[in-house]
Amino acid sequence: MSFMDILALIIPAAIVSAAPLIFTALGGVFSERSGVVNIGLEGLMLFGAFTGAVTIYYGEQFGLAGAAPWVSFVVAMIVGALFASIHAVASISLKADQVVSGVAINFLAAGLAIFLTKKIFNAGQTPVISQRISKSDIPFLSDIPIIGKLFFSNAYLTSYLAVFVAVIVWYVLYKTPFGLRLRSVGEHPMAADTMGINVKKMRYVGVLLSGALAGLGGAVYVASISGNFTHSTITGQGFMALAAMIFGKWHPLGALGAALFFGLAQAISISGAQIPGLQDIPKVFLLIAPYVLTILALAGLVGRADAPKALGTPYEKGKR
Amino acid sequence: MQNNTNKMKFLVPLISVFLGLLIGGIIMLISGYPPIEAYAALFEGIFGGSYYLGETIRQMSPLILSGLAVAFAFRTGLFNIGVEGQLLVGWLAAVYVGIFVDAPAIIHIPLAILAAGVAGALWGSVPGILKARFKVHEVITTIMMNYIALYSTNEIIRNFMLAPGERTENVKETASLASPFLQELTDNSTLHYGIIVAIVAAVIMWFLLWRTTLGYELRAVGFNQHASQYAGINVSKNIVLSMAISGAFAGIAGSMEGLGTYQYMTINAGFTGVGFDGIAVALLGANSAIGVILGAALFGGLKIGALNMQAMAGVPTELVGIVIALIIFFVACSYLVHWLMNRVNRGGKI
Repeated sequence: MSFMDILALIIPAAIVSAAPLIFTALGGVFSERSGVVNIGLEGLMLFGAFTGAVTIYYGEQFGLAGAAPWVSFVVAMIVGALFASIHAVASISLKADQVVSGVAINFLAAGLAIFLTKKIFNAGQTPVISQRISKSDIPFLSDIPIIGKLFFSNAYLTSYLAVFVAVIVWYVLYKTPFGLRLRSVGEHPMAADTMGINVKKMRYVGVLLSGALAGLGGAVYVASISGNFTHSTITGQGFMALAAMIFGKWHPLGALGAALFFGLAQAISISGAQIPGLQDIPKVFLLIAPYVLTILALAGLVGRADAPKALGTPYEKGKR
Repeated sequence: MQNNTNKMKFLVPLISVFLGLLIGGIIMLISGYPPIEAYAALFEGIFGGSYYLGETIRQMSPLILSGLAVAFAFRTGLFNIGVEGQLLVGWLAAVYVGIFVDAPAIIHIPLAILAAGVAGALWGSVPGILKARFKVHEVITTIMMNYIALYSTNEIIRNFMLAPGERTENVKETASLASPFLQELTDNSTLHYGIIVAIVAAVIMWFLLWRTTLGYELRAVGFNQHASQYAGINVSKNIVLSMAISGAFAGIAGSMEGLGTYQYMTINAGFTGVGFDGIAVALLGANSAIGVILGAALFGGLKIGALNMQAMAGVPTELVGIVIALIIFFVACSYLVHWLMNRVNRGGKI
């Protein structure tokens, strides 16, 4: 197997694995930049996956055909935002411990999604959907020699959408007044308040956007990778997205890069057995690689990562 | 005022449990299940006979220990979400000693439990060291350590300890906590001696925190790191020590499964959930030893009762998971409960 063959095997797979992580990690960026810790990404992603699977299944029944996954993305975003509003109310208005509230969100999403699955389908899992996002080549770009084959052929449209959204999130956060306000309430809410920015409102927006994007991430996972929803569909991808966000230093493009890197790690662990040189490495090292790397990154081996300064602290007017 | 906060300490968990059950009932109602029948089946599944009682107590032992682990870390200002991973390495260590060591029971059992505690302590001290040395937030590292533990323990079982059925061999009888006497007493439940270990651990935690200098220092660091530093307490050492002790409790929780309930360890497709339930138990028990035991009794009961609820009223067991999540949520939002109480109190005056 030549080096090019290996790349052709790994890179498209990495891009596919990364897409749900990218969306979810971008959601995390919104929430944490506004100053609200979101451990609940896992739960939000899980509920998005459930919503996606159910919507696509019924969309097929109603004759939406190829449009069903795309409709499901919209529905999953709305449901994800609604679900995140629970976390928002708890951590912003009720001043709950944000980590504990996030843990509760994870439990609640897992319990509710399986409960509803059992109620609706009388089984522990949703039926396998037939309408998936199909793999396709990007016209023109896929004709570029070498690069075209690696990056623009045989991949899902959602993957490119994820990269595109990352750039948009970067633009919104760093080039618009809205982004400046959102970041300011995460860094120094009192200063922001003094300047007339509504701290609570900005934080609500941040958390709701995180819910929408994590929901989208979950639905994309179902539509492109898993094909149905069971209790084991989302196991840790949300936490991995959280890790990607931290690894990417709370920056949208950093999160994008980290998610792609984790996608690569996942792709290698899935198809590592076919690659010479990697066959002999026990699979477990590839499985734990993203987590070990995150710990190393946090320990400062890849440069210091500074969290938003007001992260995790509820804002109280007039309190210094 | 003091009296008032003490009262709230009891009221917040009670009201949270009530609200959790209430909303669980509403969810059942909306989804077409009969809530009253379901809850009746749930409570019968907890109190309906000595078999259920035995199962509930058996379920309690790992929950008490994982609750103690979370509570101990909380007391010292740390949030240990890594109980799940520490539990897994403890489980593996206990089973390893249980299978490969030959000793009379009086040595073998304590040795296996000790191994679990040491394994959990080592696993827990990693996030502690990272926090003390590099200021890395323990919430993220403990979550990462959970996944590393899950995949690593599976790999070790697969490579070194595999028996038919994707699991290890059974532990030797000399290492087993199983008790024919307790089982007979409770109508053939799976009750084992682990509950004694769990209660002893609760007493140890109380003694350590409230009756020793070390405990005072740990609590002081949890209360105010900077003041403790100024008072000459070695904050870094205390952070590492706290995570190690917390991890030891979690590891011993794993030995409850390995030496008591199952007698072996399986290759786990996912987390056991016991470690995460420990967070709920600790929160509900207000991080006190006695509170943790009560919280574990509640959650152990709910989990066992849920099986009966599914059998009798057809309500999926996940409903109890939802109720537990809601209870954590309301405990976290104790502000809401305080606000509600104030409202009620003011209403009473008029």
